[in-house]
Amino acid sequence: MDKFSVFSSRLVDKSENFTSGHRACQGCAEALAVRHVMKALGRDTIVAMATGCMEIISSPLPLTSWKVPWIHNAFENPSAVISRCESGMKAMMRKGKIPQKKINFVAMGGDGATADIGMGPLSGALERGHDMVYVCYDNEAYMNTGVQRSSSTPWGASTMTTPGASWKRTQKKNIVEIMAAHRIPYTATANIAFPEDLERKLRKARSIRSGLRFIHLFASCPTGWGFAPADAIKISRMAVLSRAFPLYEVEEGERYTINSGGDAPVYDYLRMQNRFRRLSDGDIAMIQEHVNREWERLNRKARG
Amino acid sequence: MATQRKGIEVSIAMADAVAQANVDVIAAYPITPQTHIVEHLSEIVANGELDAEYVPVESEHSAMSVCCGSSAVGARTFTSTSSQGLALMAEIFYIAASMRLPMVMALANRSLSGPLSIWNDHTDTMMVRDAGWIHIFVENGQECYDNVFCGFRISEDPDIMLPLAINLDGFILTHMIEPVIYEDNETIRKYLPDVRMKNALHPDNPVSMGCFAMPEIYTEAQMSREHGVRNSYPTIVKAWQEWGDLTGRYYKPVETYRADDADYCIVTMGSYGETAMEVVDALREEGEKVGVVKIRLWRPFPFDDFRKAVLGKKSLIVIDRAISFGGPGGPVATELRSALYGKPGAPTIVNYVAGLAGRDVSRNDFKNIILEGKAKAEKGETDGFTLYGLRG
Ligand SMILES: Cc1ncc(C[n+]2csc(CCOP(=O)(O)OP(=O)(O)O)c2C)c(N)n1
Ligand code: SF4
Ligand SMILES: [Mg+2]
Repeated sequence: MDKFSVFSSRLVDKSENFTSGHRACQGCAEALAVRHVMKALGRDTIVAMATGCMEIISSPLPLTSWKVPWIHNAFENPSAVISRCESGMKAMMRKGKIPQKKINFVAMGGDGATADIGMGPLSGALERGHDMVYVCYDNEAYMNTGVQRSSSTPWGASTMTTPGASWKRTQKKNIVEIMAAHRIPYTATANIAFPEDLERKLRKARSIRSGLRFIHLFASCPTGWGFAPADAIKISRMAVLSRAFPLYEVEEGERYTINSGGDAPVYDYLRMQNRFRRLSDGDIAMIQEHVNREWERLNRKARG
Repeated sequence: MATQRKGIEVSIAMADAVAQANVDVIAAYPITPQTHIVEHLSEIVANGELDAEYVPVESEHSAMSVCCGSSAVGARTFTSTSSQGLALMAEIFYIAASMRLPMVMALANRSLSGPLSIWNDHTDTMMVRDAGWIHIFVENGQECYDNVFCGFRISEDPDIMLPLAINLDGFILTHMIEPVIYEDNETIRKYLPDVRMKNALHPDNPVSMGCFAMPEIYTEAQMSREHGVRNSYPTIVKAWQEWGDLTGRYYKPVETYRADDADYCIVTMGSYGETAMEVVDALREEGEKVGVVKIRLWRPFPFDDFRKAVLGKKSLIVIDRAISFGGPGGPVATELRSALYGKPGAPTIVNYVAGLAGRDVSRNDFKNIILEGKAKAEKGETDGFTLYGLRG
């Protein structure tokens, strides 16, 4: 497996739209994920980004890592901002104010920006049916403000606001199901440890030209989760192989396709990270049960 | 040049002006008393009179976010809100100005909760006074209509690139039927051509917008905003002058009425100006040497015009439509006091806060305020403020 990923990375597009020199921590899987997302989307893209790690590390005035037009406005509103980049452009092209051009309109935000504070604007944009792609990079907490829990933080994880033994005792919000419930054309999960799958899904999202396409992108965070930077990809991969974060696609809110397998014990995944260190073996057994249940539920949906 | 005089609700006239301005994107969320403006706009877009995108957003926060997006790609952008809606969008309201994103907002002024009230005063707009927008106050339907065009012209001027709010009193203006002169589209086109924004978001010319600032550069970024707002003044004056040359209706940052030889002036912002003028006419007949000073341009504040209008007077009686709890007085009086502090010939200021949340201020009340204010000024009682008409 390790050898294969070394080979497959050679197949990746060499051009960079999100450049090096930014200020992400060593081993930041989220920054790597954004880089791959931008390779798949290409130059004719406008990005609106939420406040969060990716915004802060890439845009210290007067510097920028962005080779495509990029706008940051606030924490909760990239979906609203990009929705009107889209309509504004559409209106101006229709009225002949600017020449016609095919442009990818892309909003990006963290799990906090997406599943918590930006849920209203995102749902509004979904319902209005804009031609746009939304990428939620999920590192399972508010990292930019120093690792506080979000609704996407999993059961069992310690953060600064679910500290130590008072680890989070509610389940991770299932953002994909919420998106699918809006009956949008395409919803998919992706993971930075599977870059070919990630890029395929982004190209697919790009090629659908109506409605909102949503990518839920899992990316580990050494700083927030407590592991060595060199293990960022290994841990991200384990999230998939242990089925804690399965890869799948949902078309039109109902056709489910599962793209990943693996049956590694969730124990192996959790024990690699400091944020789960307070969990007893009994706690982990409960997580395993939950993972099994969710996997079964997903398979039921995929069987239709 | 064909003009047309119509008896029309001010909100409708304003919406018609937005359509004549050939706006590309309208995003708004309904809130009383702004609703008629956006309802009429959605109708105009739906029936094809205006080729634009009408975005029925799910909140005001998104309305302002949407406006930022459309303005960032260079689309002509309009929005409208009031009160709680403005409060909800306040975060993005500031960001729009910091990113120098042109747009025009019809801000139908209404009180802020609580207690909940839908009626008119200026507490909503005072909340965002320091956001870095250009703020204009209008007095009647014609001014609402005219300033939509002047507003876009100013806001989109390449030397300015700032969002602009037209403050109009909720209900008192929004729901009033008044005669309004409509200009023909040719005149509007001449005055307000379509513009192509430099540095708009486009893949052919990638730019980054909304970068964050470390302490080493935040101060400079703020100074550039300060320059932007302050230096917009001559362009604003010029835009109004040209509108006047075209239509015969001239606007100035500070306007006066029978003030030249007055010893006392009443100072107003917004629709109170009209009543004040009537009352001053009546008081003049009784031999009182009073006049009216109206602040039309609130940001950038027109210091020179204001001082020129009032230095040498005995006293100003300033009507505020908002309270700064525990503060030195209403926001307008406080600013005027500081604009005059230490200036030779500065009049004293007596401050009234009146007409909160739609409490009626009649001609008789204006008369009381002026006479009582004058008496206070003569006795030297010029500290703080008086809440006019307080019961019990
Ligand atoms: C209205 C508002 N509330 C709070 C914040 C502070 N804040 C900035 S980023 C952030 C957390 C970001 O978390 P997430 O979206 O998960 O992105 P990450 O940094 O983890 O990539 C918070 C709470 C803010 N900028 N704006
Ligand atoms: S805190 Fe985590 S997500 Fe943020 S830059 Fe560092 S590694 Fe990346
Ligand atoms: Mg996060």
